[in-house]
Formats: sequence, structure tokens, C-alpha cells
Amino acid sequence: MTEPISLQPDETFVLNVGPQHPATHGVLRVKMTMDGEYIYNAETVLGYIHRMHEKMAENRTYPQFMPNMGRLDYLSAMAFNHGYALVVERACGIEVPERAEYIRVITVELNRISSHLVWLGAYVLDLGGFTPLMYCFDDREQILDLLESVTGSRLTYCYFRFGGLYNDIDDDFISGTRAFIKRMRKELKMYAKLVTGNIILMRRLKDHGPVDQDMCQRYGATGPVARGSGINYDVRRNEPYSVYPEFDFEVPVYGECDSYARYLVRMDEMEQSLRIIEQALDKLPDGPVNPKKKPKLIKPPPGDYFAAVETARGNFGIRMVSDGSKNAYRLKLRSPTYSNMHLFDEACRGMLIADALAFMGSLDLVIPEMDR
Amino acid sequence: MKIQEKTKEALSTLFADLPPSEPEPDDAEEGEKKPVPRGNGIIEQDYLLKGFHLDVQLESEQLLEAVQIIFDLGYYLESITGVDWIKDDQLEVVYDFSRYDFDLCRTVLRTRLPRSAPQLPSITPIYTGASWHERETHDFFGIIFDGHPHLVPLLLPEDADFHPLLKDFKA
Repeated sequence: MTEPISLQPDETFVLNVGPQHPATHGVLRVKMTMDGEYIYNAETVLGYIHRMHEKMAENRTYPQFMPNMGRLDYLSAMAFNHGYALVVERACGIEVPERAEYIRVITVELNRISSHLVWLGAYVLDLGGFTPLMYCFDDREQILDLLESVTGSRLTYCYFRFGGLYNDIDDDFISGTRAFIKRMRKELKMYAKLVTGNIILMRRLKDHGPVDQDMCQRYGATGPVARGSGINYDVRRNEPYSVYPEFDFEVPVYGECDSYARYLVRMDEMEQSLRIIEQALDKLPDGPVNPKKKPKLIKPPPGDYFAAVETARGNFGIRMVSDGSKNAYRLKLRSPTYSNMHLFDEACRGMLIADALAFMGSLDLVIPEMDR
Repeated sequence: MKIQEKTKEALSTLFADLPPSEPEPDDAEEGEKKPVPRGNGIIEQDYLLKGFHLDVQLESEQLLEAVQIIFDLGYYLESITGVDWIKDDQLEVVYDFSRYDFDLCRTVLRTRLPRSAPQLPSITPIYTGASWHERETHDFFGIIFDGHPHLVPLLLPEDADFHPLLKDFKA
């Protein structure tokens, strides 16, 4: 795979991957021009589940739009809630009580672990290993149960409110989360033995799927994709929001620029998320979870506002333009996989098709978030 | 030297022939809602209030030059989007840039176009990843990016001839 392949464009054929294909984990189509088993050119076709969330934002009031955030990235819905809450709070100057901030961090990090678990299971399944999926979904089930008990939903959370939360956590949740941390630490060791060191997995991922730093900059890749290319970029660190500065955690960075580096970044992130949750539970202050003073009607002053958060897939930004009314004048959702997937077209050129699909899995795609 | 000052200095070469204006953030906020749009130039925004640092308004001819400066300073492209200011009969195109390092500076480039002929040079030769963002903006606002290699609908159906985010769009 390392030596350059001499490509003869007149001997190519077009291979259509998707829109319904198990390897794309959603409704994504890639038009590949193939030279035998090698990809000569690829063109990603998006928009099969485009729902025009940005227009919906213009037709709904600010609180009414909150449930949409859970429908963008169904695996990391909590972080999307957080981003939207942050931008509206910034615009309206709403203060968030400290307890609410801590609970936000706990739930977002739990959600991040559950997102990475789905990725891990599905990714290894793509590569031909069925068993890890079962273990991953078993662990994820614990998180879903915990989050269901406080948020009321299992997947498409709408838990955050402007300035606070829908619901306070109870002792059952705290003890359940502590038990989960203990369990998950053990499970992560098991995953390391079961998957990470597996020779077949390593041979499939190492030195495949090159994404260098220059490419990251040109495409705006963020999250584990950038961190797998040696870029120490995590919005939680680089642009601290909420109470993240109070926690001691590391941002895993691997410089190998291959699929295996991205794999390792996500595995390490789960460990770090556990650390954050543990510290947040220890420090969890008492108090209300909703502010005492909060405008009855959310009407941000005119102007544009921006907020970014780190979701499980990278930097999610919201640009909000307000004209002072109760609907947003314009709301732009900058989703991380949109930029991360874009580099696939360039990076997969000259790859074997089987390697390209392994590479695609390492980008951790969630299609509804790309299509919006 | 902090990157914010560095960026400001580099970008201010674009506005050398403009009279030095008094860039007050409050003025800019007012400018958003007043019928008179704000003039070209750089405004330093209050990050805590707005979420970004440098706010640059420029002419569409200056865009490529400005983006090249931004690229050379190591920014990555976050997103490209449009805003339909139907009352001013203008479309605004907004470019968001951010940085990978710890020297935080979010930079926004914005340019206004007449609604009747929204045309802008494509920045794909500099930021390859602008391709999808520009196609998306073309879908939603009908803005034509000159020099884009493949300006066909991305998120909308391939035969779409409507632009849903324009304020006069009726479904």
C-alpha cells in the first residue's frame, strides 16, 4: 500500500457505495471511481436525510428549537444541547448555577463515553470482529439507563435549559455513576486486551488512512481526527467553557496520522472522561439547578454570537444572528463530521477499497449531523 | 506578540486607504440593526459577550487576499455561511476561522453582496475544505462562488432550484 500506484484513468469504473451500505453507518453515498481494487477518485454525496434544521430555527422560538439539537448527532446529543444552551446564555447574559454546570459536565462526559462505545463496537464490527460490539453495547446500556433516569430519554436528549437543567440528579444517579466508573475502568482494560492489541486490527489500521496536519488545516478537521494527527486541539482545553478548567484531565494526542492513532485517541478519551466525571462527582456543589432570575421570554439583543463545544466527534460551533425577536434570525450549525468527512475524498485516493472503508470508520461518522 | 494583534496588523494592510475609524464595539452592534450597514474595517469584539475576537468586514475583491493572510497565519476554516438581510437588499457571507493552538483568536470575515447578483470568488484554492461549505451556501442562499470546481447542490436534491434560507422563500 505504501508504493504509489500507476493509475490509468481510461481503465476505471464507477462503484457506488451506499446510500444504503452497512459500512457507512447511515445514509451516505460515496461515488468511487475505481482502478481495479484501488480508488482513483471518490466523491461523497450528502443530503439524503437533510432536514433543514437551520430553517426550523428561524421558524421556532429559542426554547422550541432545543429538542432539535438531540436530532442532529444522535450519539452525542448532550454536547449539542450544551452548545446551543451556551450560545443563547451568552447572548442573553443568563448565569448558570454552579451545580447545573457540574451536572452538565457529568452528563456530557457520560454521553461522550457512550458515543465512543458505539463507535468502538461498530468500528470493530466493520473490520470483521463481532464480539466487541456486544460488550460495548452492554456498557453503553448502563449509561443509557443512568441518563434515562435523569433526562427521561435514552438517545435524543433534551435535558439542558437556558440557564440550567430540566431535572436535578438524585443519589441513585450518583451512586450508579460511581459504580459505572468502577465497572468501566475494568472494561477498558478488557477492551485493551481484546481489541487494542489485536494483531489483525493493528495491521488493518496502522499506516492506513493518512491525514496530516496540513490536511486538517485545509479541511478544518477537529476532534479525534485532528488529535490523531498530532494536533493538540480540544475545545474543552483551548477555549474553556463551563467548568472544564476546574478539572484535571489530559487531552490524548497521537502523531502517527493513521487510523490507529485516531483509534487510540478515542480509547484514551474514554479514560479521561471517566476522570472528569469522577472529579465532578467529588466536587459536586449543592444548590439549585436553575437560575433564580431568568428572562421569561428569550429575546437576545441584536447581533451575532458564537459558541463552540467539544462533542465526541470534534468542534461543534453555533453562529447565531439575532434581530431581537423571539426567533433566531439565522442559526448556523457547524457540525464536526461535516469537515472531518470532507477530507475523505482526498485522503482515500490510491487506497484499497477495504482500507478506505476502515479509514471511513475511523472518522466516526454520524450522518444526521452532517446532513442536518 | 499575541496572534490577535498579529492578525489585526496583517489584515489592516487591506484597509490602508481607509481613514482610520474609531472601532468601538458598541458601534458595531448598533450597526447590525440599523438600516445603514457598518463600513469596512476590523473591529475587536468582546470575546465573553460575542464568542469571537476579530470581526472583519471587507469588499468581495479583498476576500482572497484576506483569506490567504488568514491561512498563512495558521487558521483553520470553521465554516462558511450566509445571512439574508432582506431589508438592506443584501446578502452577507460570513467566514469563521479558528486556531488549533492555545493562542485563542476566532476571526470572522464578512462581506456583503447585492441580493440581485450575489457573486463571490471561491476560496477553495486556499482552503480545500471550503468546497462543501460553499456548495451548502450556494444551496441555501443562491450565492455563486466563482472558480468553485463543482458548484452543484450538496444537501438539497440535485435538481433543486430554490434557496430555502432566503427570507422571501415560500415553501
